[in-house]
Amino acid sequence: MADPMKMRATLKGDTAEVRVLMNHPMETGQRKGPDGKVVPMHFIQNVEVKLNGKTVIEGQTSQAVSRNPVFSFRLKGAKAGDKLEISWLDNKGDKNQTETALA
Amino acid sequence: MRIAERSSALFAALALAAGPAAAQSQFEKYQKMVAESSPVELFELVGEDLWKKKQGPKSASLEQCDLGMGSGVLAGAYARLPRYFEDVDQVMDLETRMLHCMMTLQGRSREEATKRLFGNADKPSEMEYLSAYVAGLSRGHELAPGQSHPREQASYELGKKLYFVRTGLWDFSCASCHGEEGKRIRMSELPVLYKPEAARPLMATWPAYRVSNSTFKTMQWRLNNCFAQMRTPEPVFGSEVVNALNMFLTVTAKGEPYRGPGTKR
Repeated sequence: MADPMKMRATLKGDTAEVRVLMNHPMETGQRKGPDGKVVPMHFIQNVEVKLNGKTVIEGQTSQAVSRNPVFSFRLKGAKAGDKLEISWLDNKGDKNQTETALA
Repeated sequence: MRIAERSSALFAALALAAGPAAAQSQFEKYQKMVAESSPVELFELVGEDLWKKKQGPKSASLEQCDLGMGSGVLAGAYARLPRYFEDVDQVMDLETRMLHCMMTLQGRSREEATKRLFGNADKPSEMEYLSAYVAGLSRGHELAPGQSHPREQASYELGKKLYFVRTGLWDFSCASCHGEEGKRIRMSELPVLYKPEAARPLMATWPAYRVSNSTFKTMQWRLNNCFAQMRTPEPVFGSEVVNALNMFLTVTAKGEPYRGPGTKR
């Protein structure tokens, strides 16, 4: 997906506080659109966070999460220069990812 | 891990921790949390792409647009609007001026550029994205709308007058809802907007992302919607009336540091 994803990570000591903004409709499959037809399910199913290439968080999300999710977490043992990468995969097979270097 | 559970657990913890005396700060805490998880920045990013995108018969971007501080100068430009523009002999706010640039720099017709001004959750409008981007670049700048030019002063006076003019099917004015302290509509408080202490925190956070329907709302939309709620005819986009009201509100809020596009209910 071409939609932007934004990750902000600030280092406090050896802990990185990270916040990720994701652009996604997160349709539950229960909503009816303006044409009266049910809008099909379309939501992020997997979220993965990697620190220097190694997976540190692997999450399975459901349609319970609402549109344009925000994911914030703290990562211990991080240091300046570390590469943080986040990626998601949705139920249609669409993907997106972004990365940042900790400062 | 479940994002929804995590944030609701956090909110529940906050609600339990504070007692009844801290009710006001609970509301502020909620607003802070909502603002922290706002996708406003995503709108700013898309807005930046649109600003730089070549469009229209002239295949030009908006990068040379003069928002009052010179061609292409964006830092702090939003905070200095509305203002008088000599090249069109008119007082304009951000959206009105951007429309002008779309027509002159990009060669687009008014009809095409205003075809879809207000978007929805699935597809925000171009104006909404652009407003987010440009407004974001005024973060921290004090609100300083134009006040030195006679036309700017006239616009302010017109806005001030219009705030109290009763019109439309229900004979409403802005003051009908926004004229008395301590009033609310459902759970939204109705600030008395001609008072600086009420106008300042609000004008410092528009345009804004509306959480309840996942849309980005601009000032032209906000004023248009007020008229709709008052059951008056729909105002023309960028009209003298709408810009005068915007001028009145912004001048009332002047001096307040702009916080960037906000997050609303």
